[in-house]
Amino acid sequence: MTISIDPQKANNESLQPKGWLRYFSFSLDHKVIGIQYLVCGFLFYLIGGTLASAIRIELASPMSDFMPRDVYNQVLTLHGTIMIFLWIVPVVNGAFGNYLIPFYVGARDMAFPRLNAVAFWLIPPSGLMLVASYFVEGAAQAGWTAYPPLSITTPQSGQIIWIMSVLLLGGSSIFGGINFIATIIKLRRPGLKLMQLPMYCWAMLGTSLLVVLSTPVLAGTLILLSFDIIANTGFFNPVLGGNVVVYQHLFWFYSHPAVYIMVLPAFGLVSEILPVHARKPLFGYTTMVFSIMGIVVLGLVVWAHHMFTSGTPPWMRLFFTIATAFIAVPTGIKFFNWVATLWGGRISINSAMLFSCGFIINFVFGGITGVALAQVPFDIHVHDTYFVVAHFHYIVYGGTVFIIFSSIYHWFPKVTGKMLNEKLGILHFIITFIGFNLCFAPQHWLGLNGMPRRVAEYDPQFQFVNQISSLGALLMAISTIPFLINVFLSAKNGKNAGDNPWNALTPEWLTSSPPPVENWEGAAPLVEEPYGYGKKFVEQK
Amino acid sequence: MTTLDSSKEIQKNNSEVNETHEDFRMFGLITFLIADGMTFAGFFAAYLTYKAVNPLPDGAIYELELPIPTLNTILLLVSSATFHKAGKALLQDKNSDSQKWLFFTAFLGIIFLICQLFEYFHLPFGLTDNLFASTFYALTGFHGLHVTLGTLMILIITWQSRINGGRITSQNMFPLEAVELYWHFVDGIWVILFIILYLL
Repeated sequence: MTISIDPQKANNESLQPKGWLRYFSFSLDHKVIGIQYLVCGFLFYLIGGTLASAIRIELASPMSDFMPRDVYNQVLTLHGTIMIFLWIVPVVNGAFGNYLIPFYVGARDMAFPRLNAVAFWLIPPSGLMLVASYFVEGAAQAGWTAYPPLSITTPQSGQIIWIMSVLLLGGSSIFGGINFIATIIKLRRPGLKLMQLPMYCWAMLGTSLLVVLSTPVLAGTLILLSFDIIANTGFFNPVLGGNVVVYQHLFWFYSHPAVYIMVLPAFGLVSEILPVHARKPLFGYTTMVFSIMGIVVLGLVVWAHHMFTSGTPPWMRLFFTIATAFIAVPTGIKFFNWVATLWGGRISINSAMLFSCGFIINFVFGGITGVALAQVPFDIHVHDTYFVVAHFHYIVYGGTVFIIFSSIYHWFPKVTGKMLNEKLGILHFIITFIGFNLCFAPQHWLGLNGMPRRVAEYDPQFQFVNQISSLGALLMAISTIPFLINVFLSAKNGKNAGDNPWNALTPEWLTSSPPPVENWEGAAPLVEEPYGYGKKFVEQK
Repeated sequence: MTTLDSSKEIQKNNSEVNETHEDFRMFGLITFLIADGMTFAGFFAAYLTYKAVNPLPDGAIYELELPIPTLNTILLLVSSATFHKAGKALLQDKNSDSQKWLFFTAFLGIIFLICQLFEYFHLPFGLTDNLFASTFYALTGFHGLHVTLGTLMILIITWQSRINGGRITSQNMFPLEAVELYWHFVDGIWVILFIILYLL
């Protein structure tokens, strides 16, 4: 059975508010939904960033003098949960995925536009719920992992709201994942082969597979946890005969793939940005595709490396160490490909390129500490110390957030039709890069010397290094100011961008800026070589 | 190679093309069912791990009788067959036959739920008695929720195929096919659940 699209009818159906009001409506346009995801995520990023600043202010001195200990735990919990579930995951998946994937597959919209809108509109209410859980009596304070028995024995009303909110966000994520898989597999323009897709499509396909396979397990786990809290069952409560390690297994079966859910789309985005600004084809397309799929498969079988100190038996330690070390292979291939893409290219030093290069530097550092953490003897030494904090911030902030900014600089002209100011952009990059490394690099040292994480107080000998780290956090907070000024000023008075300011070849640049409601005036163009830069030059030679 | 100018040319030339694409609602549903299946997989994994590593405390009662769940298994298997019959009847444009089969399927679903509740009320253990009791109720309860939703959906499509001279016809099979696939899925999960919970 086929479904035919009548352009006339489609246009009538999308008779929705025009102008900025459409961003507050139940719009079915994938571009509107993408922007909704991005702005909503950024607002939560500001909240999460404020909480991070509070944490760093507290840690500037060894005693808990800025806030009481339990408030520190609550702030820490909220910071982690907001940053993961309301900023990184919705933005790298939802925002850029919704905006770009239909262009890349040559479609007019996502496969299931209504499901798409539902998936987005689950986020603001559950985000508000999550923030509200801080203000009830007994806010959640068990960290973003909500490990029992801590999450069962601490005050519970906030924890229950936290669980409900994460369940809703998980549902939103699954709906999004289903939509991406259907769009990429089924909604491709006739004649467009899978191996001709821009790399971001492959990244999103892999990510969505992980979302669909692992998020439901987290949902089931949290349902069991809420039974433990509300109905007094004993799934994860040792006092009632339960088993806390089962929670950890189920939780990390989602939450390790969640790392790839956060970082694979960033891999895809950087693979789009580098070729454009280096004027070279993406190096090793095929190996890139296979390494993404390799990461998807391996990512599902390495979860217990988060649990080396949870009484994990030796055979399990051995298996998960080896499996984790294997992930370094596809990741290394990708890193090699990015460097090879830059090699000998005509590189334009602009904000998008700088943030992408910053990503490569930070990510390789986070990757190396990741391989180190996968080794049992080392992991036992630094488990639950600031070394771990430094490692995952290098991946999630130094990796993904740098790419989010890079992508905003790259696609802002497409979305608004205006260029962002390059001077402010480069200023933003310099402050962010210095601030980020100043904040997190010293934490490796802190961790190696045994400073435990998630605690408001620490040994006074660590004070100086902690103050350096807090200074870095201050710089990171400041770096948001030039960015916000830039976005607001440029959206209003920026230079006109034209349809294709970067002379890029991927399909989204082949339409007007901003694009029309149905993406193309006529039929979607068939882009067989999204990275065919410099072809003419080679042919002439 | 696609250059910028030539692609604009293509756009202009094809501006009057009427676009079609295949129906992939079923594809989306299958993806969703895989996700749903993973929730059950998580529950099963938890149950099996408990069975392997957490011994029952002394004096804990955890005995299950087989007759009712066996009857329930048969009920669900038969209901899958009757649903299939309903689909076949609709395909041959025998709409009233199809509605009868659908209604019969929903009836079997309701009987299943009644049997399940009957079993709940006659079990010698409650939700919080011990770990296995909790897991048993969580698993069968979560499955029962799926059966309840499925039964409601069957009743809705039965009603929909009756009103307005039949909104579900051989030309518009999707609602029936979707619910049928869901029902077979719930049925399959029950068979796994029956083997793991009652037989192992």
